[in-house]
Amino acid sequence: MVSLAPAYPFGPRKSAWSPGFWACFLACGLLLAVAVPAINLWMPPNSAAALPDYLVPLLGKYLCYALLALSLDLIWGYAGILSLGHGAFFALGGYCMGMYLMRQIGTRGVYGNPLLPDFMVFLNWQKLPWFWWGFDHFAWAAAMVILVPGLLALVFGWLAFRSRVTGVYLSIITQAMTYALLLAFFRNDMGFGGNNGMTDYKDILGWDVHQPATRLALYLASVAALGLGYLLCRYITSSKLGRVLLALRDAESRVRFLGYSVTNAKLFVFTVSAILAGIAGALYVPQVGIINPSEFSPGNSIEIAIWVSVGGRGTLSGAIVGAILVNMAKTWLTGAAPETWLFVLGALFVLTTLVFPRGVVGLFRQARWTRPRAAAPVVAGEQA
Amino acid sequence: MTAAGAAEPLLYLNGVTVSFDGFKALNELSLIVEQGELRTIIGPNGAGKTTMMDVVTGKTRPDFGEVFFQGTADLTRLDEAEIANLGIGRKFQRPTVFENLTVFENLELSLADSRATWRTLFARLTPNRCDRIGATLARIGLTEQSGQPAGALSHGQKQWLEIGMLLIHDRTLLLLDEPVAGMTDRETEETAELILDLAQDRTIVVVEHDMAFVRSLGARVTVLHEGSVLAEGSVDHVQNDPRVIEVYLGR
Repeated sequence: MVSLAPAYPFGPRKSAWSPGFWACFLACGLLLAVAVPAINLWMPPNSAAALPDYLVPLLGKYLCYALLALSLDLIWGYAGILSLGHGAFFALGGYCMGMYLMRQIGTRGVYGNPLLPDFMVFLNWQKLPWFWWGFDHFAWAAAMVILVPGLLALVFGWLAFRSRVTGVYLSIITQAMTYALLLAFFRNDMGFGGNNGMTDYKDILGWDVHQPATRLALYLASVAALGLGYLLCRYITSSKLGRVLLALRDAESRVRFLGYSVTNAKLFVFTVSAILAGIAGALYVPQVGIINPSEFSPGNSIEIAIWVSVGGRGTLSGAIVGAILVNMAKTWLTGAAPETWLFVLGALFVLTTLVFPRGVVGLFRQARWTRPRAAAPVVAGEQA
Repeated sequence: MTAAGAAEPLLYLNGVTVSFDGFKALNELSLIVEQGELRTIIGPNGAGKTTMMDVVTGKTRPDFGEVFFQGTADLTRLDEAEIANLGIGRKFQRPTVFENLTVFENLELSLADSRATWRTLFARLTPNRCDRIGATLARIGLTEQSGQPAGALSHGQKQWLEIGMLLIHDRTLLLLDEPVAGMTDRETEETAELILDLAQDRTIVVVEHDMAFVRSLGARVTVLHEGSVLAEGSVDHVQNDPRVIEVYLGR
């Protein structure tokens, strides 16, 4: 990609696409996309640096969470829209993928029905509901992964932003949205497997989901999705629209009086964000092997906001760092001392809010900026 | 509205009433601002000056009455962004600039470019646009500060930046709500000069408390009281009007 933003002649704003940025981006990309598979494939399993096969989907899962966190940072960090229901878009993307994977099982299910997934046979359903049509094709499922979360965000966002619902009220109705979906998906009548959800997948695009090679491919797909998602978010936030978003985060009505449509700008990023969350969910499901209604639970969505604030809100890279760090800690701690995890999570949130509101990446940047030029002229009372 | 001859008034308010919980902020206010006019509006607190601006810019919908811009655009049916895109700019009482954006970026967002979301996503900062921003920075005297966050400016500088944001977009009508509030005498004088300069090629409505400032603009004055027009005329005319004296001094 060529440099898209010309240098500012009067202001020292750096181009978002400097060589330094690309160097960092490619280094991270190589580490995730080349070094990790290389270690997994060629390190002898008994050496200290080995990466056993069972850890690959775990890393893939972290990357899906990172993409989800990125999608929340785009709207929360830049446009000030704190969605506490973003898990819903993630879960919907996941369900679309789950439906495809269920149809791939075919006659290998417990009941051996070529058309109906096991849970439908169990519930005495006679034919496939209309909304399951087409999900035996990957292309259809992939389109739905984008369309279903995107359309829900478009409709929900249009109603909310047009009525100028902002701040904590918006957060509350997004919680209500995900809770409503949780209750709906719990029902067997909905045709999505009810309480148990969907699991026992066999293959994806003809490849066995349990094979290490397939898992590595899914991991690489997650790396690619995260990388592209990051570039997209970076493009949006460094465009003029990105500055409109920052402006409306701080003074929404003033942006209206300048002639910008706040509703449209918010709707655009909210929809993009929901689609990214949906893609993250779709990549998550084949790697963890199950999707069930608990993904809609309001607590999950709140956790995403904690990842973002730990990593550093409004930085994009912080969302990725935060999601990976917090989830690594969660994996370790829920194994070592499961009962303490929720306390640690709560403490983390309090700590980031009170002590380092700009998160891990914010701390890092601050350290880098303050060292070389001790007396920065401007940023005295920056928080408005 | 009726065809009122060749020259339509730029801004036409007729019988506009706005009430908040029974309190009439505007009470059948009628006001006409002609094309190219510089108009000052004064009045005691609660006279309805800011509410009048809210109605014109679409922030508040009137309960009754008609508000037309250039004779045809019914402002009571449009939202803030649509009204702004018709060419009506507003400066608020408290300076409201985007504190986390630089001075340069504040002006960039105010450029007269397409406001469509899709267009802003792909908008590029051409040399032409940079020149316009540079010229405006020079005019409002903030060239040195262009890379600073607007939140770091002094109060007076913020007021000027806000005027610059109106300037860079060629608006037909500017509404300035107390543009010299909180300014030093020197800054007030400079602002008066700037407004007189701007008024040569656009219509400006200034709401102000500062009588010295109003006098220095030397424009036609409208006095609002309890949501309707009390008097209208030159500065000397309204200052000698006994009803105006009573309203300002009598309570």
